[in-house]
Formats: sequence, structure tokens, C-alpha cells
Amino acid sequence: MGGEVTAKDLRRRLRRAERLNRLGAFALVGPLLLFLLVVFVMPIADMMRRSVHDPELGRVWPQVVVAIGGWTDRSRPPPEPVFKALAADMRASREAGNLAVAARRLNYDIENGRSLVQNTARRLPAEATSWTETFVAADPRWGEPETWGAIDRAAGPLTSFFLLAALDLQRHADGAITPAPPQKSVYLDLLQRTFGIGLGVTVLCLLLGFPVAYLIAALPPARANLLLILVLLPFWTSLLVRTTAWVVVLQERGLVNELMLWLGLIDRPVRLIYNRIGVVIAMTHVLLPFMILPLYSVMKAIRPDFMRAAASLGAPPATAFLRVYLPQTLPGIAAGTLLVFIMAIGYYITPALVGGAGDQMISYFIAFYTSDTVNWGMASALGAVLLVATLILYAVYVRLIGVDRMRLG
Amino acid sequence: MSGGAPRTPTQRFWTGVLYVTSAAVLFFLLAPILAIVPLSVNESRFLTYPMTGFSGRWYADLGLDPRWGKALVNSLIIGVASTALSMVLGTLAAIGLNRARFPGHGVVTAIVLSPMIVPVVISSVGFYLFYAPLGLTGTYLGLILGHTALAVPFVVVTVSATLAGFDHGLMRAAANLGASPLTAFRRVMMPLIAPGLAAGALFAFATSLDEVVMVLMVAGPDQRTLPREMFSGIRENISPTITAIATILIVLAVALLATLEALRRRGERLKAGDAA
Repeated sequence: MGGEVTAKDLRRRLRRAERLNRLGAFALVGPLLLFLLVVFVMPIADMMRRSVHDPELGRVWPQVVVAIGGWTDRSRPPPEPVFKALAADMRASREAGNLAVAARRLNYDIENGRSLVQNTARRLPAEATSWTETFVAADPRWGEPETWGAIDRAAGPLTSFFLLAALDLQRHADGAITPAPPQKSVYLDLLQRTFGIGLGVTVLCLLLGFPVAYLIAALPPARANLLLILVLLPFWTSLLVRTTAWVVVLQERGLVNELMLWLGLIDRPVRLIYNRIGVVIAMTHVLLPFMILPLYSVMKAIRPDFMRAAASLGAPPATAFLRVYLPQTLPGIAAGTLLVFIMAIGYYITPALVGGAGDQMISYFIAFYTSDTVNWGMASALGAVLLVATLILYAVYVRLIGVDRMRLG
Repeated sequence: MSGGAPRTPTQRFWTGVLYVTSAAVLFFLLAPILAIVPLSVNESRFLTYPMTGFSGRWYADLGLDPRWGKALVNSLIIGVASTALSMVLGTLAAIGLNRARFPGHGVVTAIVLSPMIVPVVISSVGFYLFYAPLGLTGTYLGLILGHTALAVPFVVVTVSATLAGFDHGLMRAAANLGASPLTAFRRVMMPLIAPGLAAGALFAFATSLDEVVMVLMVAGPDQRTLPREMFSGIRENISPTITAIATILIVLAVALLATLEALRRRGERLKAGDAA
């Protein structure tokens, strides 16, 4: 009897101690979690909000964004009260000095929308009997439903405009979603280019990294360690240094061109940089160690007796390699390719420095829209696309390889 | 190949192929980096071979131009501060994550490591848009916070790796003997995981030292760092001064790698001593 009570008591105390231990463990992670929440998670969440939150036009043109709710027949221009509201908004915002905000926002959606707004506002009379006629006389585009559709789409506070635009889709005045016209369709190309370069670089890294990892895993420890250091040296060398190196080596009179000229492979220098070739070469160079290291750590754990067993059972070396060795390297291949691909699709600096105008990837446009054109909605929408792609791949990585096994170098 | 010397001609052929390909790949990895070193002491201002003569003028230029001196100081300030901050936060978190599996352990780990995975341009633009209205952009503090977020996963990963073999019973034993948690950490845990801590600090410092996207977005003209100046240099007009600074950074990388290798060996010795 007494022993049972003690055992129960002990179990309870043990449970409490374990609970305290878990609590203490969590408390140790707490500061970092809080820090990352404030410095990393919240800003990104806020950026994602910007991809669907569009309050600008409503702030400077408060009347028309309400009045446009009364526009029911979307095949025709809206009724007179909507025109009247726009006239009042235009005058007020011109006086307040924030007409440019509305002009810029509509310019995202309407070709030459900026000048349409600015010119109309300048010509607007103080009084008019029919605002509809006045607007259409100022610019016939005010008679087109699509112009008003743009105002409706920008009326906020929530919008699907930027996310749809990031996928080359557009919503019409009548609510239908269709592919954007070819001259405005740039983002699917951009996505395709980003994933294409990412895939190409990943495949190259796998092809180049596999034999090296295999050799290092097969060598005796001392020599393996030496080779490993040779792989790690570029890994620890600054990205900017490596990019400089490729600019120097690949330029018109650089080492590669000089060498090929001397060997007689070419008779005039070929363009190797500021184009796709340069981007793929430099990115492969930067990302190759991220492929070799996970491959090597998996290959090192593969027991050589399996290959010997396959050989003694009569398998020719090629068969033993393909059927026994290769399948065991799959976790390393998965880890390396996922890691390299995830990092590749987010690349910005290398393509910006060694690529041409047509080789820039999605990150470049996120930065471009943020600092050059101040179109934060578009920057955030492209950011959302890249982030979703990255997080899906990260989830796959965590699922397949495990978050605990993520280490570099 | 992993078992003994190759026997048949076919095997010997494939071993040859393996050695040749690996040598070619290692050449691809190392040659371009080494190729810029001689150019930094070349006479000519053109970055082409053959060299025309020896000259230390590009290094002298580096010393004379206050831009580079300022950039070096900025890199050191931001690097040291963000390393210190990420060491404190990252080491605590690594100990916590290693001590017990609490509910949500996997999710917390995934969040803590995510700055390593999320494209830097997203972290940077997010930080910029969120903290510009609060006046944190264009300040050292802003960059230090941003770099800490980017560097801290490396500390967590590195310290966790050395903690993997750590017996938490030792900490309880120290507590039983009357040590405060801080004393127990300093006297019991720290000596055992010291190599991992040092490696984590180097990783964090290297991350900050090499980071340029966050700097492009968040830094003002007063906070331009070495990679930021290099970025402008490569973009606008690549001069031999860039190769001089690149050479210095290569030497730094070699030193870093040598230190890490020494730490790794020390860590292995500590672990071996443990097992014995």
C-alpha cells in the first residue's frame, strides 16, 4: 500500500519536474523567438499585408471610392453622381497637393494613367451642368468602363490587383479575370526565368558536385579533409569577392577568352558576362559547396560492405552503383538540390552584377519596385509569390530531411 | 571504389574519370578566386594578364581613400555588434532547443532557422518598409538588428551541433552541488561547448561581413560597409583597388577557415576525451 503511494507520488513529482524542464527550455528560446518576431516575422507579415491592402486612393479620393458602389451596369460608364464625386475629389486633392498619389496609383493599372489624371484635373471647370460630358470632353477615356474599372479596383481597402498582376492576370470592370494583354505580361516570364535559372544551376551543381562528394567520401580521412578544405575555401570567401573574380575572369579580355583564343578555339573574344552564361556560371560557383557538403555527409555514412556484397553476389560495378549505392545517396541529393534551388531562386546580387537586363530574377524586381519606383504593392505581391514558393520548398525540406539536419559546413 | 584498389581495367578507367572530373571541379571552384590575387599587385590599371610589373599602389590607394577606411570601420562595428547579439540570443535558444522537446518544438525550430531560408531580399524589403517610418533605417542600430536576424540561425545550428553530445545531467549535478545556473553554464557547459561557440561566432561575423542586400536597403550613406562599396565598385567601374580589397578578404577567408579547422579538431578531441 505505502509503496504504491510513494510510486504515484514519485511519478507526479517526476512529471512536474519534466514539465518545469520543458518550460525552462522554452524560456531559453523565448528571447530569440521574440526578437525574430519583431525584427523578422512582423515586417514580412506586414509586407504581405501590403500585397492585398490598397488604401491610397481611398485616402486622397474619399468620395469617388464610395460613389462608385452605385455603378451597377458595368458595360457602360457609371452614372452622373460618380462623375460628380470624382470632380469634387480631384479638386480637393489638387488643392491639398496629393493628386499625384492618385495619379501614381492609377498609373499602375491604366496606361498613361498619370497624365490622364493630371491633365483632366488641370482642365476641370469649377461648375458644370453635366460632369459626365465634361470629363469625356476632357479625355474620351473617361467614357470607357475600363477606366472606371481601374478606379473601382483601386478603391480599397482590400485589393487583388497586385497579386493578380504578379501572375499576369487582370480583373475587368465586370469582374471577369483574364490573362493580361501580351505587352503587359512580364511576370510569368520573370517567374519562368527565375525558376529556369534556379533549375539549371541546381542541375549543374548536382552534376559537378556528385563526383567530388563521392571522391571525398571514398578517400582516407587525411586526404578527404584536405579536399574538404578546398571546397570550403570558396564557401567562406565573400560573395562579392567571388563575383569580382568572375567579372575579371570572364570579361572580354579576361583569362577565359584569352585562353580560348590562344588555343584557337575561337578567333575573336566571345561574350561571357553580362548575359545568361555569366549568371549561370557565377551562381553555380557560389552554390556548388551547398550541394557538395550535404552529399558528402550522406555518402560518408554509406557502408562500403554493401557494394562489396553486391559485387560478391555477381553484380557488375555499374549495376552495383546504380542499384545499391545511388539509392542510398538520395537523401543527400534531396537535401542538396532543395537547398541549392531554394537559395538560387532568391538570388539578387550575382545576377545584378554579372547579368544583363534580360537575366534579372524576381528578387531584382522586388528591390526595384521598393526603391526605384516606390510601387510597394507590386514589390510586396512579387515578394509574396517568391515567399510562398520558398516556404513550400522549405516545408518539403523539413518533411523529407528534417529541420534538425539543416546545417551548412 | 570505396573498398580497396581498383582491379579491372574498367574500374581503373572510372577511377581515372572520377579523379579528373573532381580535379576539374575543384579547379573551377578555386581558380577564379586565385586569379584575382596577382592582379592586385599588377602595375597596369587594366585587369588583364599577362602582368606588366609589380606594384603596391592599389593597396596604397586603399589606405589613402577614406571611403574604404570608413567602410572597414562600419563593417567591423556592425559585424561585432550583431555577432555579440546573435551569440547571446542564439546560444540561449540552442541550449533551450537541445534541453527538452516542448510542445511546438518543431515549429519553433523552423521559425528560428527560417531567416537562413527566406530570400534576403524579402527580409530586407520587409525590414525597410516596416522600420523606415520608425526612423530605424539609415542607422547603425537598424543594420545591427537586421544582420542579427540573418546571422542568428547559423549560431543556433553551430551551437546545437556541439550540444548534441552534451549530457544535461551535468548541469543538474552542478545545480545539486549549489551552483547557480549562470555558474553552471560558465564552469560546466561552456568549456565543453567552447569550440562550437567560437565557430558560431565566426559564422555570425562572416554572415554580417558578407551581407549586402540588407545594407543596400537599410543603410544610409554613413553606414556603407565593405561589400556595399565593392558592390558600387563592381557596378560602376571595376578598378584594381577592388582586387586589392578582394585579396585582403580572401586572406581573411583563409584565416577564418584555418581557425574553424583548428576548432573542429579541438572539438573532436574534447568529444574523444569524453568517450574515453
